[in-house]
Amino acid sequence: MSSAKSSLPLAPEAEFWKHLRDGRLMIQRSRSSGRYVYYPRLLCPGTGANDLEFVEIDKKGSVYTTTVVRRSDKDGGDYNVVLVNMDEGPRFLGRVMDVAPPNVTIGMRVVASIEKVAFGLYANTEQPIIVFRKA
Amino acid sequence: MTKSLRGKSAIVGTGYYGLGSAPGFTPMDLIAGATARALEDAGLKMQDIDGICGGTFYHMFPTSSIAEYLGIRPKWSDCDQTGGSSFLSHFMQATMAIDAGICETVLIAYGSNLRQMRTFGIIDLTTFDQVYELMTPMPGFALCAARHMHEFGTTREQLAEVAVAARKWAQLHPDAVKKDPITIEDVIRSPMVSDPISRLDCCLVTDGGAAIIVTSPERAKDLKRPPVYFLGGAGALWGREVSQIADMTVSPAVESASRAYSMAGVTASDVDVVQLYDAFTINTIMFLEDLGFCKKGEGGAFVSGGRIAPGGELPVNTNGGGLSFAHPGMYGLFTLIEATAQLRGTAGDRQIKGAEIALAHGNGNVFCHEFTSILGTEAALT
Repeated sequence: MSSAKSSLPLAPEAEFWKHLRDGRLMIQRSRSSGRYVYYPRLLCPGTGANDLEFVEIDKKGSVYTTTVVRRSDKDGGDYNVVLVNMDEGPRFLGRVMDVAPPNVTIGMRVVASIEKVAFGLYANTEQPIIVFRKA
Repeated sequence: MTKSLRGKSAIVGTGYYGLGSAPGFTPMDLIAGATARALEDAGLKMQDIDGICGGTFYHMFPTSSIAEYLGIRPKWSDCDQTGGSSFLSHFMQATMAIDAGICETVLIAYGSNLRQMRTFGIIDLTTFDQVYELMTPMPGFALCAARHMHEFGTTREQLAEVAVAARKWAQLHPDAVKKDPITIEDVIRSPMVSDPISRLDCCLVTDGGAAIIVTSPERAKDLKRPPVYFLGGAGALWGREVSQIADMTVSPAVESASRAYSMAGVTASDVDVVQLYDAFTINTIMFLEDLGFCKKGEGGAFVSGGRIAPGGELPVNTNGGGLSFAHPGMYGLFTLIEATAQLRGTAGDRQIKGAEIALAHGNGNVFCHEFTSILGTEAALT
């Protein structure tokens, strides 16, 4: 790591969001251990290795678990939150966009999709996030 | 080899204040009310307190606020913040401080006006939880429950058994907030809040303060109540975010329990009465598995047929728990208060006859931090 402020690289999370803006599903992987790391960090958890690099990953995965958060129609209605095990190993928090929330099931095959959304921290902004669609 | 803390402190006073609804009271008022009752219970004065532990959802410097409000200048203070398990962690840290001679009599306190404020006040919702509006903790526990049901066939009826048992115990406690009878059918038919968790699978949302006084075993012997000794305790901390939980059907309690049992020199089968942080019905089921009362995956079957209800084989949450006794945002301290009542033999209609060893277990965030404490009577200590 450089000590000079001017030569600091893009911060891990900033780089993650930038790749999504470029339309690429990139997450960190440790060069030494090959382990995928998500959310974005400066060091590899556990080993402390300073060798995380962003790599593009395959978009296929399976729903590990799912819930329907119940909410009044006035507040926007029910929505789904899932954890998805990607075929290459990492796990993502997300939502399945094209299935009615109660019909999302554990084991369902899904594909990651990079989309601008109308909910959450990046609602109605230019920053797209990772969501899922039925495979 | 860790130096054992077994028997190095005792709970000598407990109190709670403003359970249910306490309009106008601040969290510090509720802490003060509970502290006064705990001191009265112990036969001690405010000036006897020379150590303070505690925390709330609202104070970044909780021990400073408590010390100032109560007019104490303690020799030692600590505010480890791991969520609802914090207060069990404080109990062990107080034991360490007392054993080291740093202080002698420690107040551990909590207060919340959650019901009035209508907000948990958690200020560090993690980035990715905010991106997807996973308003933890509740949907996080729902994700765990869904996975437990998928892997082990746990049913909503089995989850409901936990809520029904808690309500039956609460009916035996004069100060429990919720006592109206409920059935398994009522729980299943109550509105879904985050599938598969329905409203009656959830803990209460109440106001309230709680406090305990912990002191050295030597001093405890001279006080008016029979001492309830610290026999063992251990925490296990695995993370912070729901998305980082490796296996959603296993909590860090597997680790905290084995270390706590080891320090206390007991196993699950020696425990007479069990107090668990039951934020949701799935928590009780998973903790009974992880604490060794049944095998992994068998928690649902274990709680069926009223086994943890009054008159059942294993008394669990004999005050009614967070589901029916009270739940002012963080419940951990109440597990120690009810364990103390049972070991003193002062639990009235809900008293477990001859209880000598109690387990109190606290959870922090969504199965992120777990703390297991083993407590015992004078007879259990020797």
